[in-house]
Amino acid sequence: MPPRFSWPILGVALLIAAFLVAFLIVPVLTVIWVAFADPDGGFTLAHFAGFFSLSLMRESFANSLYVALATVLASTLVAVPLAYLTVRFQFRGAIVIQTLGVLPLIMPAFVGAAALQLLFGRSGSLNLILDDWFGFTLPIMQGLNGIVFVETLHYFPFILLNLSVALNNIDVAMEESAQNLGAHGWRLFRRIVFPLAMPGYVAGASLVFIKVFDDLGTPLVLNVTNMLAPQAYLRVTSIGIEDPIGFVICVILVAFSVAAMAGSGAFLRGREFATLQRGGQSLLRRRLAPWQAVLAYGWIGLVLALVLSPHLGVLLLSFSRVWSYSVLPEAWTLAHYATVFGDSSRMIWNTFVYCGLAALIDVSIGTAIAYLVLRTRLPGRQLLDHMATVALAMPGVVLGIGYLRTFRNVEIPLTGTALTASWLIFVLAYSVRRLPYALRSCMAAMQQVHTSLEEAAQNLGASRAGTIRRVIVPLMAGGILAGFVTSFITAAVEISETILLTSRESLAPMSYGIYLYMQSIAGRGPGAALGVISVVMVAFGTYLSHRFVASREAHHIARGKP
Amino acid sequence: MTRSTPASAAFASVALVAALSAAAFVPAASAQTVTVITSFPKELTSAYKSAFEKANPGARLEVLNKGTSAAVAFTRETPAGSRPDVFWASAPDAFEVLAKDGLLEKYDPGVKGIPDRIGNYPINDPQGYYRGQALAGYGIMWNTRYLKANQLPEPREWVDLARPAYFGHVAVSSPSRSGTTHLTVETILQGEGWAKGWAQILQIAGNSAAITERSFGVPDGVSNGQYGLGLVIDFFGLAARNSGFPVEFVYPSVTAIVPANIGLVAGAKNAEWGRRFIQFTLSPEGQKLLLDPKISRLPVLPETYKSAPAGYPDPYGGRIRAKVNFDSDLSERRYYLVSSLFDHTITFRHKELAAATKAIHEAAARLAARPNAQGAKLLAEARELAFSPLVDEAKMRDDSFVKIFRETKRDAESQKRMTALEEHWAKDARLNYERAADLARQAGKLAQ
Repeated sequence: MPPRFSWPILGVALLIAAFLVAFLIVPVLTVIWVAFADPDGGFTLAHFAGFFSLSLMRESFANSLYVALATVLASTLVAVPLAYLTVRFQFRGAIVIQTLGVLPLIMPAFVGAAALQLLFGRSGSLNLILDDWFGFTLPIMQGLNGIVFVETLHYFPFILLNLSVALNNIDVAMEESAQNLGAHGWRLFRRIVFPLAMPGYVAGASLVFIKVFDDLGTPLVLNVTNMLAPQAYLRVTSIGIEDPIGFVICVILVAFSVAAMAGSGAFLRGREFATLQRGGQSLLRRRLAPWQAVLAYGWIGLVLALVLSPHLGVLLLSFSRVWSYSVLPEAWTLAHYATVFGDSSRMIWNTFVYCGLAALIDVSIGTAIAYLVLRTRLPGRQLLDHMATVALAMPGVVLGIGYLRTFRNVEIPLTGTALTASWLIFVLAYSVRRLPYALRSCMAAMQQVHTSLEEAAQNLGASRAGTIRRVIVPLMAGGILAGFVTSFITAAVEISETILLTSRESLAPMSYGIYLYMQSIAGRGPGAALGVISVVMVAFGTYLSHRFVASREAHHIARGKP
Repeated sequence: MTRSTPASAAFASVALVAALSAAAFVPAASAQTVTVITSFPKELTSAYKSAFEKANPGARLEVLNKGTSAAVAFTRETPAGSRPDVFWASAPDAFEVLAKDGLLEKYDPGVKGIPDRIGNYPINDPQGYYRGQALAGYGIMWNTRYLKANQLPEPREWVDLARPAYFGHVAVSSPSRSGTTHLTVETILQGEGWAKGWAQILQIAGNSAAITERSFGVPDGVSNGQYGLGLVIDFFGLAARNSGFPVEFVYPSVTAIVPANIGLVAGAKNAEWGRRFIQFTLSPEGQKLLLDPKISRLPVLPETYKSAPAGYPDPYGGRIRAKVNFDSDLSERRYYLVSSLFDHTITFRHKELAAATKAIHEAAARLAARPNAQGAKLLAEARELAFSPLVDEAKMRDDSFVKIFRETKRDAESQKRMTALEEHWAKDARLNYERAADLARQAGKLAQ
């Protein structure tokens, strides 16, 4: 490892640190401070005492915890078989399943929840059929368990993705020796495979926990208010009241998310997961026995049907003129698409620009941090990693309010426009909140580039900058692209910050447009149409990048890449 | 390695996009951009945008759509000089808050033909900070298919919604979440009186399948058939019906007609054109836009109704019998009390309230079949427990009590008072509902 200290490296590190402090730490602190401030600006813990004295708050806390944990459990039941079957067995359509598994993430949660109401709600298609044929209905979308249902469908891909990667990396020799020693089936999975894949599972599960614990949109669409995030939102956004208890809840949300992340880190530390050889191409895929295959395809079919149901609902809605108390819409139209292309094409363009730039910033910073952490011995370099990762735990509402507060009097140099009134604010907000995703991809990619390649380049006379540009970045391209796509997708469906930060409709991205349309009866159709367009575009982008990564890998293998 | 790597190609193309977009986003420095901040839906704002831009070549209308409370917060947090020019929303309370904070500028567009009052309610702010731009009444909307499938009768009055047949079929929103729901609740309270009004509201809420988070959640859920009926502002019901949904709408006799307002923001970017836009919305041409089937609002200019389609409700023509003379001072005085009381005893305790309501309906049905004096007594007690407000009328009139809700919550003392009160409400409400359900079950057993 080249350990040297140098001025350019220190400069880059300070630049990144300044960016994170200005656009993440300071805005969050301005919001959190309210929870500790008395009217004279002094420090007080009275608001926390107030919080804990309310039985409603204790109940909300318990409900949020229940929903988050139940969703982790339900997501595990969905994702683990899906990941295990498609990665470790000869399976037809494995790539299709893996791609479809990502689809839920590329739809704003509130759109999915609205579509699910039409299919599984009180008078949704399913319940109308059940009532007609059997005379009973199922309360699928009601109460806390309704939230668990919707959140599971939306967030289980986090476990699926992380676990698939981890399963792919297990040394096949481990599995084979276990089999030779007589372990099969469930025992093999429980004692050998799953424990080895633990890092991936824990990473995914803690993400699901954080996302669900902080989620605001789904409880609100299902009209459940006795949970922490909705309580914070209701208290902070009421007219004329600035209620510190709302901010106390923000602090608790942040604290819990950070604790979940730190907890998963501590759980994994001190255990040995590494195996000598990576899985990769040597991976042996086993065959399923016929009865197993029937079960496996049946389960996967059921899961996929559920996973795709929000998309199906939105698609139906986007073509329907009237859909009311019936199993399917009764009148069809293409007019909603015409409306959307007529007056929202600017929003589609805006989404591409904001999310593209934000993702670009993310992979640049992500690559730089990965380099600083893995390839230098700069003191305090881990701090950059931790700071960037904390953004994962920041609820969008907190960051949104923080931006408005912190930058309300800041002007962009030379233009004279306020920062909060310009489109740059979206790029900054998106890039900060999506940085952790890109950072993880870049880290993983750089860990797989062997240092001997860099040393060889430098021995041949390449400068450090030249080595980064000509050797490291090209070798990391797959990982960087994956990071870019994840940042882009998740930024494109972000809504809570977006609503707060939109200062003019002409600056608004697509997610705001969908939200706006969905506020009126006549707007449901166009809103759904815009949702369909966004899903199709993002899915197409994801598919292209998968193709790109796959072809690059094939290329490298052909050239004998190590 | 001389070929350009895909990564750097990606970098280059994104940089190109960035440059292009930067060029596209340099704000056009024309002075004719009017920014309107509003809670109104896109159909309405798009109609005004295209009509206004057509009538004023060179002018551009920027619409900023936010919920009413978010719009107030946004206007307040924006420094003078870059604020939106025009504030346009239903709830008069929002305008009162803005005027009090010095965020509105007086303006009289000098439009002729608009009466001073609708019923007893002044159409324009007496102090001149904001003006009525449309009229709105409150009523009941229902899904005809839903009612038919569940064999339910059509409602006429608020009190109908408390009937046992409607249990689990109604939807209402919360006054703390939506200005329009607050006006509806306040209308019932003023029309029926504090105690009787709350009893009605509690019974309707007990019959509800959900207390929706946004006021739009009610018309939306009724239109797509998730709920059978709901309390809505008139244009939601009329617009849904006129867009082809199987819904109907009725004004109950205890309704109030209240203006939706428009006002010029103080410290606006472009006050001159803000004034022109306000003038446009009040002109005959601007008023006529409200009659569009997708918008379906009641114009404030009486002559507009001459070009309305047959059957269009006319608040000036006596077709809507608004019995309540809405008192906005009273409404403003107890605004936070009503909202908090509703949330802590209804929204957050809805499960227990619904359970109590169900038990009461069942007991009443049994007692009707087999009358029993002791049972009737227990049932009356259960009703009293479940459907009485936790704050009585005397306390509501007590100024020192209402003041608790208006103080800033940053001060530790008032914070403590407020949380103690919330905790007290939450506990009592839960206890009352559980006891009411118990008593009702006992009453039902006596009927056997």
